[in-house]
Amino acid sequence: MQCNICSVLSKMAELGAGSLLTGDPAFNYQEHELNERLKRLYPAVNEEETPLPRSWSPKDKYSYIGLSQNNLRVHYKGHGKNHKDAASVRATHPIPAACGIYYFEVKIVSKGRDGYMGIGLSAQGVNMNRLPGWDKHSYGYHGDDGHSFCSSGTGQPYGPTFTTGDVIGCCVNLINNTCFYTKNGHTLSFCPCLSFQPNLYPTVGLQTPGEIVDANFGQQPFVFDIEDYMSEWRAKIHSMIARFPIGERLGDWQAVLQNMVSSYLVHHGYCATAMTFARATETMIQEDQTSIKNRQRIQKLVLAGRVGEAIDATQQLYPGLLEHDPNLLFMLKCRQFVEMVNGTDSEVRCFSARSPKSQDSYPGSPNLSPRHGATNAHLHNTGADSPTCSNGVTPTNKNKSHNKYTGVSSASSSPSSSPSSVNYSESNSTDSTKSQPHSATSNQETSDSEMEIEAEHYSNGVTESSTRIMNGTYKHQEILQADDNSVDDSCSSRQLCGGNQAATERMIQFGRELQALSEQLCRQYGKNATHKKMLQDAFSLLAYSDPWNCPVGQQLDPMQREAICSALNSAILESQNLPKQPPLMLALGQATECVQLMAKVRSGSCSFARVDNFLH
Amino acid sequence: VMRYDFVLSFVTMQEVTATSRHYVDRLFDPDPQNVLQGVIDMKNAVIGNNRQKANLIVLGAVPRLLYLLQQSSSSLELRTECAVVLGSLAMGTENNIKSLVDCHIIPALLQGLLCSDLIFIEACLRCLRTVFISPVTPVQLLYTDPTVIPHLMSLLSLSQHTQEYITQIFAHCCKTPEHQTVLFNHGAIQNIAPLLISPSYKVRMQALKCFSVLAYENAQVSMTLVNVLVDGEQLSQVFVRMMQRDKPIEMQLTAAKCLTYMCRAGAIRTDDNCIVLKTLPCLVRMCSKERLLEERVEGAETLAYLMEPDIELQRIASVTDHLVSMLADYFKYPSSVSAITDIKRLDHDLKHAHELRQAAFKLYASLGSNDEDIRKKITETENMMDRIVSGLSESSIKVRLAAVRCLHSLSRSVQQLRTSFHDHAVWKPLMKLLQNAPDEVLVMASSTLCNLLLEFSPSKEPILESGVIELLCSLTQSDSPALRVNGIWALMNMAFQADQKVKVEIVQALGTEQLFRLLSDPDTNVLMKTLGLLRNLLSTRPDMSSHGKQIMQAVTLILEGEHSIEVKEQTLCILANIADGNTAKELIMTNDDMLQKIKYYMGHSNVKLQLAATFCISNLIWNEEDGSQERQDKLREMGFVDILHKLTQASDPNLCDRAKKAMQQYLA
Repeated sequence: MQCNICSVLSKMAELGAGSLLTGDPAFNYQEHELNERLKRLYPAVNEEETPLPRSWSPKDKYSYIGLSQNNLRVHYKGHGKNHKDAASVRATHPIPAACGIYYFEVKIVSKGRDGYMGIGLSAQGVNMNRLPGWDKHSYGYHGDDGHSFCSSGTGQPYGPTFTTGDVIGCCVNLINNTCFYTKNGHTLSFCPCLSFQPNLYPTVGLQTPGEIVDANFGQQPFVFDIEDYMSEWRAKIHSMIARFPIGERLGDWQAVLQNMVSSYLVHHGYCATAMTFARATETMIQEDQTSIKNRQRIQKLVLAGRVGEAIDATQQLYPGLLEHDPNLLFMLKCRQFVEMVNGTDSEVRCFSARSPKSQDSYPGSPNLSPRHGATNAHLHNTGADSPTCSNGVTPTNKNKSHNKYTGVSSASSSPSSSPSSVNYSESNSTDSTKSQPHSATSNQETSDSEMEIEAEHYSNGVTESSTRIMNGTYKHQEILQADDNSVDDSCSSRQLCGGNQAATERMIQFGRELQALSEQLCRQYGKNATHKKMLQDAFSLLAYSDPWNCPVGQQLDPMQREAICSALNSAILESQNLPKQPPLMLALGQATECVQLMAKVRSGSCSFARVDNFLH
Repeated sequence: VMRYDFVLSFVTMQEVTATSRHYVDRLFDPDPQNVLQGVIDMKNAVIGNNRQKANLIVLGAVPRLLYLLQQSSSSLELRTECAVVLGSLAMGTENNIKSLVDCHIIPALLQGLLCSDLIFIEACLRCLRTVFISPVTPVQLLYTDPTVIPHLMSLLSLSQHTQEYITQIFAHCCKTPEHQTVLFNHGAIQNIAPLLISPSYKVRMQALKCFSVLAYENAQVSMTLVNVLVDGEQLSQVFVRMMQRDKPIEMQLTAAKCLTYMCRAGAIRTDDNCIVLKTLPCLVRMCSKERLLEERVEGAETLAYLMEPDIELQRIASVTDHLVSMLADYFKYPSSVSAITDIKRLDHDLKHAHELRQAAFKLYASLGSNDEDIRKKITETENMMDRIVSGLSESSIKVRLAAVRCLHSLSRSVQQLRTSFHDHAVWKPLMKLLQNAPDEVLVMASSTLCNLLLEFSPSKEPILESGVIELLCSLTQSDSPALRVNGIWALMNMAFQADQKVKVEIVQALGTEQLFRLLSDPDTNVLMKTLGLLRNLLSTRPDMSSHGKQIMQAVTLILEGEHSIEVKEQTLCILANIADGNTAKELIMTNDDMLQKIKYYMGHSNVKLQLAATFCISNLIWNEEDGSQERQDKLREMGFVDILHKLTQASDPNLCDRAKKAMQQYLA
């Protein structure tokens, strides 16, 4: 009876009547359990590309097979006269290589007449009128004789027989390409099958009436401690990486590592730290100190929202740079416009009655602690539209890196400065731990000296960014999120262009100039959709009475300065014939990409060699 | 060239001695500052230099260093450096340790622990640790002064170093139940348990080792351990975590030992998940080829011990990871490949080959002790019977003992006795083993022999012919009750349905005197088997002309004595057998006392005794035999018919049946 009801329910689900099922709290709970368990067991699997098996396939089965209970229960409904009446069913999806180690269990609900159950694996297309193991690309462990069948009609003595009440597990190790079965939580040694072909599906076969088995693809805790088994392999792979022989080249490696650190510091303009590091390691720095300091100054201006001054400084220090890169110039000008709306750009700030610093020049930004940021799934996508965050990895890996960090964060609204946005200061060479607690409060108390505030404010960025390299992209979103929440508290004081009439006029005028620049570029280089969109977005801010709290208000977020800051920094470096990306970031991006490639070429160890395992 | 080398090394030797003397001389310098510098220089000179260490010891540095260490006038720095140098000397050869112990270094260092300076205490403990973990140091030295253990317990809180050294000392010096009790009574469990979650791996590991030696065959410790909480977590769960596959092997193995010992001591049930799903699989993993030879030996031995009393665990282990065939690999050392490629490896293999074999035999013995299918699986493993046979005659006593244990375990199978045991003539090496072996081997071998002498065993005949009777009779004279039991047991099996010739041989070889001695043996098992022997000897119409009186005496004695139901039942059965023989019948019939006893037992509350006594009467009154009429009459007079009549109403069907049959004799 129960079976019937369940099969009706599952049919309804197939027909799109899913609302009925989702209304069932027990089902929801199980679904949730399943998702959680699969995520924990197979963190490297991207289910959008390679979904994990979650049930038996109602399409990929022989007609003698009946499914019920959300397609997890399998029963035999044929005649069961002889082996010609054998019937199998495959899971909905093959086992992704990125699992590294994959495991599922089958409970024998009833052994039926003769107990001819077979548990195992098979490739797509293998005849379903057979038990797993009998044919090529098919493998199985059979209950009646305890034999293991490896693509052959004759089995080999393997383990004990199994029957009603037993739980049989099948574990595929994609690292060393072996497989073993378990019975009631006990491993039965490696199955003698020598080679496995890729893309195998969990498979179960039955042959006599009354045989019923239930699958567990992670819906419930497994009887066998698969996580313990995985931990052994994780440890193995990690020690393999840790013990990777470098032999004679020890010195070379050290030099490479020093160079990576040094170049990273130089790239981001941590001048004093870079100099100290170079002294300690007796290495050379390619770029001269003045150049680093110049870049640092320009970056600081952009991050402070004083884009106009940044443009002036760039034109003065690197003549011709912006003239040769009109796209960059346009981006900068757009940003300048946004900062004018914000009331931070110097062109409008000079009109302001109050010191902008004390008021809202850094709205949002300093209030958030990315380390304690909130986990929020819906924000992952928003991060993708900022392609060049200063601290991010290579753009192609963007989505990946966002997702990865959500797991380690937890919600908090504690006020503290944001390291990713504030990496740029001379004072970073001083003891950063000392300045850290101070910086959390400084931006609210100190207001008389701009530079002092900046120094204090930025100081804690150094240690943060050099150790938590990939945080940039992640923190970015966290701040957006928290900013949304905090808007209600702070926006009352925020006004267009700092609330100054003259400033607003100046902004309008600048907008016109920007419009003219856009038209000029259009004439010169043809239509540019990106420019058009940028301009539109920027101007849209004026359409709302409260720009900070409008659909395009995100632009006003100080975090948005990072992208343009990074682009400008890269452009300057390129103009000096220096790499636009620090080698450390390149290496990191490359490693991440490599691990993803490993999953594509079905190298199982990728699941235990993930880059974020090694970032602390 | 060779001569030149010789001269060179000679010179070097002389130089070393000379410099060594210089170091020792400086210890006697009047200026304490020079002494300190001298000790520091000595410290730097001896590190990793065994010859230098030996030289300094020969030149008498140790007593002087100990003197300086003990002098309260010495500066703390000097005393500490002395302890460090002594610790360094102890790191050398076993001879070094012997010399240090002979110089009474242990009491001196233990005295040093009373000082309040942590650095000095740590130096003393480090040296003590090195001395105590050496096999040449008598562990008893730790327990001579009763104040030492409590003081060491109190030092556990000082630092990670004191924790590491002290737990290591305990782990090595806890060898007997007395040691366990001393440590337990001084709070070892409460003091050491928190160290299991120490941030230092070494401390965690040594603490774990402590628990494994404390819990071994100790119910008191084990029962206490299950109730201990570490940071809110049950100790057994802490051990389970330490068995996780990503933990170091040493840790997994030792944690598995702790749980095994707790389980065997009755503190954890054998069906507990932490045993079935964690400890057992962990130990099976330790037997795999990937592990070091030492680990495989320990793993197999511990696993054998864990599952010895539990058939369910034996069944699970027998199917886990193909354990039975995995063990076959234990016999392949030294492997021929390694012999060619690497001499170092060969040496290593050779050293462990015996240990591996005995461990495998032990585990097979444990695996096959109950389940017939597992025994079959074991005997069907490649060359298994041959391996056991050759194991029985190996030079290593450990291997011989383990092999015979294995054979004994397998000999419990009727099937194997009939087939593989006979095919491989295992009785031959077994007999050889019995000729001259230590008691522990003899116990196992003779016990195996008992099984081989069962009537259905095809080996029984050849064994009889090999003149085993003398040997078995001599076993019955052993001081060891186990050997006496096995000797008499084997004789009993031998006499079962045997020819008259064999029976006579047995009686002659054993002698009536010895037989009666065994009937008054303090060990009930011996008594039971002796009665069994008598019963077998007296079956099939015995001739009692020779020893009739003595046997009747013995039977009376036992029936009157304070014995268990089983003993009395066996005795009545003997009486029944006697009642079956022609001449023997008279012995009973003329003994009114005995007849009264039989009457008494027919009315006993225990059915078994009633049945045996009724059997006896039934034999006496059986028709078709000479004088049956007289006996029937006499017994009727004594009131036996009434009793028999009553017994025909008995609720026990056997008894009822037997009584009815006896009554029929009167009616016929």
